[in-house]
Amino acid sequence: MDHGPAGSGRNGRAAHFKTRIGIWMFILYSIVYLGFILICTLNPALMASDIGGSNLAIVYGFGLIIFALMLAFVYNAICTAAEEEFNDPEDEADTEREK
Amino acid sequence: MYKTSLGAIGVFVAFVLFVLWISYYFARRTKSSKGYYTAGGNVHWSVNGIAFAGDYLSAASFLGICGMIATAGYDGFLYSIGYLAGWIVALFVMAEPMKRLGRFTFTDALDSKYSSKGIQLTAAISTLVVSIFYLIPQMVGAGTLVEPLLGLPHHVGVMLVGAIVIIIVATAGMASTTYVQFMKGGLLVIFSISLVLITLYNGLSTHPQPDRNEPSPVLTTMAVAGGQDGAPVPADPAYQLVATRETPAGLTFAKLSKAGRPSWWHLTRDENDNPVLAETCWVTTLEVPILDSKGNPVITLYNGIPQTDSKPLQSGFIKKLIYRGESRDEVRNLSINEFLATIKSSTIVRFLKASFKDNGENTTVYYQKPTPGRELLTPGVMFKIDRAKGATLMDKLNFISLMMALFFGTAALPHILIRYYTVPTPAAARQSTIVAIAVIGLFYVLTLFMGLGAMVNGVVDLTDNNMSAPLLAKSFGTTLFAIISAIAFATILGTVSGLIVAASGAVAHDLMDRFFDMQLTDKGKVLAGKIAAIVIGCLAMFLGIIYRGMNVSYLVGWAFAVAASANLPAMVMMLFWKGTTKQGITASIITGIVASVGLILLSPDMFERYGLARSAAPIGLNNPGIISIPLSLIVLVIVSLFTKKTDSAAVAAPAVSAQS
Repeated sequence: MDHGPAGSGRNGRAAHFKTRIGIWMFILYSIVYLGFILICTLNPALMASDIGGSNLAIVYGFGLIIFALMLAFVYNAICTAAEEEFNDPEDEADTEREK
Repeated sequence: MYKTSLGAIGVFVAFVLFVLWISYYFARRTKSSKGYYTAGGNVHWSVNGIAFAGDYLSAASFLGICGMIATAGYDGFLYSIGYLAGWIVALFVMAEPMKRLGRFTFTDALDSKYSSKGIQLTAAISTLVVSIFYLIPQMVGAGTLVEPLLGLPHHVGVMLVGAIVIIIVATAGMASTTYVQFMKGGLLVIFSISLVLITLYNGLSTHPQPDRNEPSPVLTTMAVAGGQDGAPVPADPAYQLVATRETPAGLTFAKLSKAGRPSWWHLTRDENDNPVLAETCWVTTLEVPILDSKGNPVITLYNGIPQTDSKPLQSGFIKKLIYRGESRDEVRNLSINEFLATIKSSTIVRFLKASFKDNGENTTVYYQKPTPGRELLTPGVMFKIDRAKGATLMDKLNFISLMMALFFGTAALPHILIRYYTVPTPAAARQSTIVAIAVIGLFYVLTLFMGLGAMVNGVVDLTDNNMSAPLLAKSFGTTLFAIISAIAFATILGTVSGLIVAASGAVAHDLMDRFFDMQLTDKGKVLAGKIAAIVIGCLAMFLGIIYRGMNVSYLVGWAFAVAASANLPAMVMMLFWKGTTKQGITASIITGIVASVGLILLSPDMFERYGLARSAAPIGLNNPGIISIPLSLIVLVIVSLFTKKTDSAAVAAPAVSAQS
């Protein structure tokens, strides 16, 4: 019944590595997201500053969406490489635990 | 009101027939519990990714966010940013562990290390609370949508959606739900792209035509002949002043009469600071009903005409169009950048609301408020965040709290998390999340253009901004309107099915099978799930009918706050802190639910709903996340530290899985 934590089992090393990478990328995105909230609350006038025909609010807002997608692709590339390197593709046996 | 469109009915019926066929097709292939709860666990990641979008992009996203952007500009787009950012938490923290540790439900993954009755019970309750809070606004929305689109009464709309969803879920569970969501997610994005492209091509104009067949009346502004200190005297002698009313906020409205027909005007100043009267749109609620042209009693008048005889009050337009530094009447075929740059340099008339009593009748006026486009493209129109405009520390905390709940709530919504069990491997869970981020991110970028497009094209229904996106489509032709309306329906079907699968899993799998240990056979589990789905579906219909007419969109906010507070700290700590105990998780979930719901019930917004003064609320916070999320985390750590020893003893003897 004890399924074990995220780092156990045959796929332990890849899973452990992926989890750590995930946490770091999560922290990175959180900082950028926090930066957006802090500008909104501490210096909202800055959000109105011009960037080309647009302004900081639009550029930062779209940027947060695009940055999320970019991080997602990078994360996937790193994880796929890790799965191949540790040579333990997540197979059926590992995902279908019996109760 | 809105005219029923035959096209909309046709597209809707075709869609429903297709959905029913999908359910019938998969019903024969869904005999096992794995088939029912996880669509067999072998859905391709790309299909699952788009189904995520279909599951997640609820009516709140499509109708609600576009409506908010159409009335408040960038502030509505903040929801788009927060809702999308939440997927980062789903990808980096939840996706793979959920798949690796769980089987059917979120509770499975959380309980995987402990096999604790306490976790099973509290996590199942949290799933039910979040799902039902989320479900109510969807069902009310279904009824609201059906009235204008199909010409059916509210309760028929709710029952129609309820019945279709029950068929989807009770026939083939997650299998049919997945493909309904896949189809809806795909259609929503494709037609949102079309709508945005048409909006850009159509361009911007100072005289938008929301309805090509019936030109809308132009609201006028006229000079005031008399001094502003005394009663305003309209410059046009055809109008006589009947009365003036002043609101507590210091606004003055004048009731004028022309050939016996009343109208309300806002006493304001033009750009040269001369006093002027600006025409308003107005709604009167009578105490004694009058008869409309068909002889039905009505108590609501739009601009003095019975609501049922009048067109909806639609407005919002560009007052001064500046394109590349030049003043223009219209510009067409704009690029994304030009569209935003032109709105930024132009002046847009929004409509604000004020209410007062006139001869005992409740009167609401929507008055013109010329707003620089520059302001509408920055945060702060709806949210108070600028100290220069009177924002307090509490206002800022409220804003931070909301953005926190959006960020942390997404990855803790049970109906999203169960989609992780429909793919075969953790790697597929990850890849499907990336597809979801791409599709949902694209959609949220489009919301800004749909919302702003509605704002400047005169299509915002002043009494209900939720109709902004469909009405924008209507201004481009009834075919597009029919399709977009049918998609709005599909949006509700897709999300409601997901919610009902999640709730039925909590009842049948978490509670009946695991918590009460009812020793169900595999077939029994499927039957229990189907019965639970029918019961929850009926409950949803009932709630959708009794909450009719209430603005319950705030319940989605509650669902995010409860999910972020009750589910996320427990899941994250279970994954990343070895010291986490089952008692810690149980206590954290209970704290999360109680603290978030409790804080909401004590908030100024709720006090206003109780009919009490906002200032009487003990806590000035409307969004509980900033308190309840850390509180739930702290409780988890403290309880875990205190129960560490007893827990390791329990693990040593797994037969004793005492309830915590």
